Amino acid sequence: MQNEKTPFKNPFSLQIDPELFKPATEEEKAQKVQTRESVSFMKDALRRLFHNRMAVACIIVIVVVALIAFIVPGFYPYSYTDQNVTGKYLSPFQYSEGEQALIASGVSVFPHIMGTDALGRDYAIRVIYGTRISLLVGIFSALIVVIIGIIYGSISGYFGGRVDNIMMRIVDIIYALPDVLIVILLSVAIKDIVSTSRNALITRLGAGMVSIFIVFGLLYWVSMARQVRGQILSIKEQEYVLASRSIGASPARIIRKHMIPNCVSVIIIVAAMQIPSAIFTESFLSFLGLGVSIPMPSLGSLASDARAGLNSYPFLLIFPSLSIFLIVLSFNLLGNGLRDAFDPKLRS
Amino acid sequence: MNSKFLVYTLKRFGMAILTIFLVIAITFFVMHAIPASPFSSEKAKSDAVIKALEAKYGFDKPVGIQFLNYLWNALHFDFGLSTSRVGFTVTTLIMNAFGYSASIGLSAALIAILLGVLLGCIAALNRGKWPDKIIQIVTTALVSVPSFVIATLLLLLFSFKLGWLPSMGGQPGGMILPIVSLSLYPMAYITRLQRSSMLDVLGADYIRTARAKGLTANKVIYKHALKNALSPVITYAGPMMAYILTGSMVVENIFSVPGLGRLFTNSMLTTDYMMIMGVTIFLAAIIILMNFLSDVLYKVMDPRIDLA
Repeated sequence: MQNEKTPFKNPFSLQIDPELFKPATEEEKAQKVQTRESVSFMKDALRRLFHNRMAVACIIVIVVVALIAFIVPGFYPYSYTDQNVTGKYLSPFQYSEGEQALIASGVSVFPHIMGTDALGRDYAIRVIYGTRISLLVGIFSALIVVIIGIIYGSISGYFGGRVDNIMMRIVDIIYALPDVLIVILLSVAIKDIVSTSRNALITRLGAGMVSIFIVFGLLYWVSMARQVRGQILSIKEQEYVLASRSIGASPARIIRKHMIPNCVSVIIIVAAMQIPSAIFTESFLSFLGLGVSIPMPSLGSLASDARAGLNSYPFLLIFPSLSIFLIVLSFNLLGNGLRDAFDPKLRS
Repeated sequence: MNSKFLVYTLKRFGMAILTIFLVIAITFFVMHAIPASPFSSEKAKSDAVIKALEAKYGFDKPVGIQFLNYLWNALHFDFGLSTSRVGFTVTTLIMNAFGYSASIGLSAALIAILLGVLLGCIAALNRGKWPDKIIQIVTTALVSVPSFVIATLLLLLFSFKLGWLPSMGGQPGGMILPIVSLSLYPMAYITRLQRSSMLDVLGADYIRTARAKGLTANKVIYKHALKNALSPVITYAGPMMAYILTGSMVVENIFSVPGLGRLFTNSMLTTDYMMIMGVTIFLAAIIILMNFLSDVLYKVMDPRIDLA
């Protein structure tokens, strides 16, 4: 009765076809190999970022400005402290009497591209140094914010409950403090300490810089911590975290391997927004005379000094203002681009 | 609902008071960490004179006692005596200066809010067309310029080059430039906020419903969209106050306005510690109270917000 090829089919059996359980042949395996490269989140986001023309332009501007700020002082013929008594307030590309005599005698003199300031110092190199300070402040502040914010936020979010409650109350209180006022207050205090300090590094950085870094370490990481915590709270409920915990991974490992990589987009967006605000704060302090110590220039102190001869020598204001505008604008627009590229909520 | 709202308000108020207390503590202990005494920088004085001065200003007592004293006095709005302008209390000097800063600051805030909301709506309603594009470009540029650059450029252009407006705050019309320089950044910021929240709201279902039932475009925009799109702007009131008050430090210096900001920078130059502490606490209290008000107002405007 029964066909020898097909086994007996019991009406209650699952009627499994043994054909389906044979090992795959090489040919069948080859069909399953993915021909398209897998696209990770990072790659996808970067691709979107580089398709954004505005963001690419900003990256180019920032890279060019950074290259100028960090490389040009190495071979530039003037230093930011060189004073030329006969060449005060030279307009851009103007030469002092001494330099004209040198040119007449056949020596080539490097032009003052942006003129000179009230003490006859070459202005271009001073603006370049000021730009360098601004970039350094922006980048280091972002680093501080990223490190403290990630550690604090991930601990708070991961452990939850009472730990989270207490840690977030602290964040709430810090968030409510008027940060710029505290920065100013600290720089006033630190300026006094710096002026008596023997530590070479602190003296070179100046009161404003030291206090900016201290204040960023104390206050500015809170928004980062909040964002990271929120992200961690939602990731915590995902199955892969449960799986990882069930095979005995330690909290540190879970935070490091599963949670932080999933927070990358939030971290990048918040850090990018932090840079312009740090640059603003530094230039503001320098303008008030609390920034880097003299003779080191900063874009804020250059703009402040330019007020003395504003009517006659407006270029002394224009150049540092343009520089700060260019940097902050590029970082702002790049931040927008990063947000568009990395924010999963905006994905269509 | 009402009791919930009351609890929320009280909680926020308690938080604000706690923050003000914290600011006083930070201010006091930071200023006390400074090694130099306010009298050491001036001309050499005999030890007896310094002792007498310290006793007069209460600097000879233990720090804890000094702090409690300071706190007690600060609660009574007494910030001690100015060490640089002898014979004046810090409170009098603050009160004298506050009028200038308040009139500049409030005008700047008002202009920023009105123009910002207006421009934000114009941009949102013309999304993608040229008014939107121009507004976007201008506001993006404006939020990238520090207050001191705006103020100095305005001074250069309108008083030195064109000669339209006076360069000193005391002259007639002299308040125009300080107000404009302080209002541009918050205005641009509010425009961007208003634009994006307006776009969010315009895409909501109830706007479609309002249109569908035949309301005129104006009614939909003013009665339904604008009201709901305003809440993000309200949350910015606190940060805006902080920007305007700290910005006044540079702007008042540039235009020689005898306000709080100038008082503060002058006291930095003369290392008048009592004054620095007093002005910092005063400004911080205003900012914190503004934050409190905007939190509560936000809740009133948008009752859907979950109370935390």
